[in-house]
Amino acid sequence: MKASVVVFPGSNCDTDCFNVLSSVMGMDTEFVWHKETQLNKTDLVVLPGGFSYGDYLRTGAIARFSPIMNEVISYAKKGGKVIGICNGFQILLESGLLPGAMLPNRSMKFICKPVWLRCENNDTAFTNKMNSGQLIQIPIAHGEGNYTADDDTIQKLKDENKIIFKYVSETGEEADCFNPNGSRESIAGIINDKGNILGMMPHPERVSEEILGGVDGKCIWESVLV
Amino acid sequence: MENFNAKLNVTLRKSVLDPQGQTVLESLHSMGFDQTESLRVGKFFEVRLKAKDEADAKIQIDAMCDKLLINPVIEDYTVELEKIA
Repeated sequence: MKASVVVFPGSNCDTDCFNVLSSVMGMDTEFVWHKETQLNKTDLVVLPGGFSYGDYLRTGAIARFSPIMNEVISYAKKGGKVIGICNGFQILLESGLLPGAMLPNRSMKFICKPVWLRCENNDTAFTNKMNSGQLIQIPIAHGEGNYTADDDTIQKLKDENKIIFKYVSETGEEADCFNPNGSRESIAGIINDKGNILGMMPHPERVSEEILGGVDGKCIWESVLV
Repeated sequence: MENFNAKLNVTLRKSVLDPQGQTVLESLHSMGFDQTESLRVGKFFEVRLKAKDEADAKIQIDAMCDKLLINPVIEDYTVELEKIA
């Protein structure tokens, strides 16, 4: 299986993603510089975390117009699997591949800490190795992860089971005090209608090896490999 | 072609919470500005451009906003156009 990790100027989780996909998961992985206008045959595109273009204008707003994004969008529209992590999620929102937008965290602070997530839907290409309701602990590291969308969009995400991860307590309880950034519905990750594009703020690539302190993120890569 | 100066005022949509504005408001309250009722933080752009006339300038500005400058999911904007020498 082949994976491609897109590198924007300011990406800083690209090497982590590459390492997990190649060394841990054994995928044939390559970096793709954002100026590229062609995407080689691949089974997964990763838009990694970081601060593409210094977060100028809005997070992800400028990266969305990088030449490679035309290819990523057409690949995604054909059903290719895309995962956007953190800044990658913000880029997916700005490009319109996923609905909604990000606001600054309600605390106005950059938050870098492990959080608990609950898998809301395990019937997707990214979560099929998980149990429904499974709790995983994954770090977040963002200043703008406060997910918002209009009421109709939120209702649609709920009705159609497109919310994939929610921020919860260690015991799986959903409440405002366990929502680190103020996201509507405690949303940590969503998927598109067709189920081939996942966006999530937490960083599964940072907890996919025991030596790094945990393997809770690995189930996402294992699901993709199915 | 004529020269125009466009001033864009960008605000968060009314339905969208403004964490930055809220934090600044709380800060004002803590400084004793008790009469302050609400505060929202926006953005300001100033764009100089060439256009055939004012209508053409407005079309160009709207296109820039649609494509890049604004995220319509969370932001609204108003444009003030001025013809300049």
